[in-house]
Amino acid sequence: MTVLSVRDLEVTYATQAGPIPAVRGVSFDIDKGEVLGLAGESGCGKSTIVNAILRLLPPGATTTGQVLLNGEDVLTMKAGRLRAVRWTGASVVFQGAMHALNPVQRIGDQLAEAIVLHRLSAQREALVRAGDLLEKVGLPPRRARDYPHELSGGQKQRVMIAMALACTPTLIIADEPTTALDVMVQAQVLTLLNELQHEMGLAMLFITHDLSVLVEVCDRLAIMYAGKIVEEGPSAPVFAKPAHPYTEALAAAFPSIGDLRFRRSPSGLGGDPPQPDSIPSGCSFHPRCPVAFDECPTVVPDLYEAGDGRRAACLLVRDQARVAT
Amino acid sequence: MRPPEALPTFEEGPPTGTELEPGPPPEVRDPRRIAWTRRRISAGRIWKTYRKSTLGMIGLAALILFVLVAIFAPLLASKEGLKATCPCNGILFSPPSLKYPLGTDNFGRSVLTLTIWGSRVSLTVGLLATAISMIIGSLIGIVAGYRGGVSESVLMRLTDWFLVIPFLPLAIVLASVLSPSLGVITIVIGITSWPSTARIVRAQVLSVKTRPYVERSRALGASGWHLNTRHILPNVGPLIFANTILTVAIAILSESTLAFLGLGDPLSISWGTTLQNAFGSGAAYTGQWWWIVPPGLAIVFVVLAFTLCGFALDEILNPKLRQR
Amino acid sequence: MSGAALGRASASGDDDPVLEVHDLHVSYEGRVGLGAGVAGKKAAVARAVAGVDLTLRRGEVLALAGESGCGKTTLARTIMGLEQPNQGEIRFEGEPLSKSTRILREYRRRVQIVFQDPTAALNPRQTIYESVAEGLRIHGITDQDGLSEEKLVARALARSGLRPPERFYLVYPHELSGGQRQRVVIAGALVLEPEIIVADEPVSSLDASVRGEILKLLLGLRDDFGIAMLVVTHDLGLAWTIADRVAVMYLGRIVEIGPAEDVLTKPLHPYTKALLEVVPEAGGLTRPILSGEAPDPTRIPEGCRFHPRCPEVVSGAAGRAGVEARCRGEDLGLIELRPGHFAACHLAAARRGDVVPSTT
Repeated sequence: MTVLSVRDLEVTYATQAGPIPAVRGVSFDIDKGEVLGLAGESGCGKSTIVNAILRLLPPGATTTGQVLLNGEDVLTMKAGRLRAVRWTGASVVFQGAMHALNPVQRIGDQLAEAIVLHRLSAQREALVRAGDLLEKVGLPPRRARDYPHELSGGQKQRVMIAMALACTPTLIIADEPTTALDVMVQAQVLTLLNELQHEMGLAMLFITHDLSVLVEVCDRLAIMYAGKIVEEGPSAPVFAKPAHPYTEALAAAFPSIGDLRFRRSPSGLGGDPPQPDSIPSGCSFHPRCPVAFDECPTVVPDLYEAGDGRRAACLLVRDQARVAT
Repeated sequence: MRPPEALPTFEEGPPTGTELEPGPPPEVRDPRRIAWTRRRISAGRIWKTYRKSTLGMIGLAALILFVLVAIFAPLLASKEGLKATCPCNGILFSPPSLKYPLGTDNFGRSVLTLTIWGSRVSLTVGLLATAISMIIGSLIGIVAGYRGGVSESVLMRLTDWFLVIPFLPLAIVLASVLSPSLGVITIVIGITSWPSTARIVRAQVLSVKTRPYVERSRALGASGWHLNTRHILPNVGPLIFANTILTVAIAILSESTLAFLGLGDPLSISWGTTLQNAFGSGAAYTGQWWWIVPPGLAIVFVVLAFTLCGFALDEILNPKLRQR
Repeated sequence: MSGAALGRASASGDDDPVLEVHDLHVSYEGRVGLGAGVAGKKAAVARAVAGVDLTLRRGEVLALAGESGCGKTTLARTIMGLEQPNQGEIRFEGEPLSKSTRILREYRRRVQIVFQDPTAALNPRQTIYESVAEGLRIHGITDQDGLSEEKLVARALARSGLRPPERFYLVYPHELSGGQRQRVVIAGALVLEPEIIVADEPVSSLDASVRGEILKLLLGLRDDFGIAMLVVTHDLGLAWTIADRVAVMYLGRIVEIGPAEDVLTKPLHPYTKALLEVVPEAGGLTRPILSGEAPDPTRIPEGCRFHPRCPEVVSGAAGRAGVEARCRGEDLGLIELRPGHFAACHLAAARRGDVVPSTT
């Protein structure tokens, strides 16, 4: 059963310097109980996708395409229905949880607020449910009486996860949920997310720039570059044998400890990820690509089959597929 | 392992900065010239951004107008017209006419002449008082913010002390102890407006002081003088400048108020004294609007002009205020 | 380049320590309100660095690893002279750092720092030229090796990979990308020809695909100029990539130090083992061994500071080896358990049959 279906999503921001395309045609599906990872660096458009799914983009941004959440198109919903769907259909665990909590309100009240806003319970019941949610994320229910500054970073992130679960959504979007955390706390939060996701049968969209985290947590991966998906497929093959040169470069930035090939030989790409206002022609990766050839600046690649369930937007993959057939 | 002599020279190696504009030509690589070129380009950019603000341009135009009027007052209206006994004066209390476009006052002096010449005193006192206030306030703010510790506490308590001195009673006391004069007004305004500047400056210095680039400078071995002049002042300067613009407006308003209340030099001609004269002669009761309105409007427009410029500058300094 | 910086840089470093730290302590005192102070309440003291001994050899890359709050950043800043130690000594090329301004200035020229966030480390109102030349101006260097200030700046920019250097003179930091800004910061450090570069999380705020290039640059500086590096990081993968030796810190102390291959593949201390266990890798989710978070530095546990969270204590392995009482009661320092590989662990020591010297 498909929980989220994104079709040909395009998002353009209107700025003083003219329209800037942040997302240039992205399509993917997430089924119930499945975790899809979205990886990419700054300027690739992944945060824009998060906002687009719940129509949280600033005014002046134009969105085309379809975002089907449990069958309904979010982009054409009426305002009332949209408000009802936000948080009950899909919820978000934001980056930087430290700043997303109101410092002058108790944790329990903030959790209850989400429940009360959606009229799922009255205030008193909502507070009880808040206690249950805290327990679910591994915090003692009495912490509901605490203020945010009394919690550590890891604990605050757990509260954010509890908040995302408050209205029992079918889809959770995790936007860089562990980026600001220590390795140990990151492992704890990832384990928690994994358990909750399995227990509640949630669909999850996990967004990060850390490819190694994604491989641990996700069933499938999609790699984004300059507003488009350049490779997608099951996580293990994509990480172990990347078909797209960008994925390969990204994977090389997260070395395996113990692998002597990485010892004293850091590898990176020259240049920088393109900003949305200056995207190269043809295959947008060609200026930094180690294996670019003469067609690359002129032809925009589609996603071609690359074997093992992977698809990659690379002309080399297209040529290999042609040879194979 | 490569011996150091085989390192690429400046010209070798793949170019990385190709998307940038070409740098200065080889002859102009003198560091001083570089600094000046930078300032020129930076000023140009600021001007371009300022030009985009309609309100800012209106304010600037009005300001320039006022300043020109003050400078060229002798050309616009004869100084003789300020004397009560000038033969050029007309009938007392007469409404606007062809010869006297803004009417006459209780001495038959042309109100237009009074208004034009009055700009000199108002603007001068306003600017001088602001200068005093800015210099004292900035110095104290920077020293307090940078040094911290005991010096900061002492200076901030001093600031608090001056902050609570009430403006009007101080002016009255000083005017009665010393004789009322322009100097007294200037001092009073200067003394009572520096504390708020000091607090704003100190807050900004505290914020800049902890920024990584200041720490980097410290790590490089910079002395306090270097840190303050090269890093803290340039980042606090724009704030001081924007604050100055707004303070001038307040100073002019204050001067007018004090003069209106009779605490200024009765012999000087400013907008405030003109208004004082007008009210003292009962112009409000007898409906002699031509005497009250011009100086009043002059005050309003000057203050408005400064404020508009201040807002436009604020938007430049604080890009988050700019509209999307 | 001039002077001692030129020279062979070998991976294991000559036995020529360029920096030595002895028994360093850096503490912060909390605040006590006036009323509470009068009532006799003492301020909580946070021991950020609680007794650290460290040697950095010429041309060596030492990674200082640990989680937030372990004191690695404070240690690095104290070495830079940005913080004052309460106790202990720092020696540079054998000479202790005294308060003498002349010695301090010379030290500040030869030990440079690269910050975590390159955007914040550059004054937004200064051009690249001025940011890089700042060091030269502070130290009053107008020419060196026969090169003028402008040529020195150009050389530093080129060595950091920014070519052609002239194009960057009039550019402001906000016009560059993150990777280029970090190169500018590195150029600003290089222009003074330092012996040591202290890098605080040099690539963590940069995009993943750009990190490799900056790390390559840093390694290249060590290989070409013999610059020793102290790299503070929480990322053990980064340590694996560039470090010769790794020191793992916990609550203000070094708990394990040794050659990178040994520490990262054959760790001795339970904390290091736990950290390595949770580094994300393909092959499924690993359950973290440690629960909770590190205690705050004002309440350091008695005995071995790691014992409340130590998996060996919790699982009983320490008890079975007979060292549990010492773990709970006896604080200890680093013990050499393999050649060049030290760890502060009673259990690891017991398994080697060493006698543990106790420290209070």
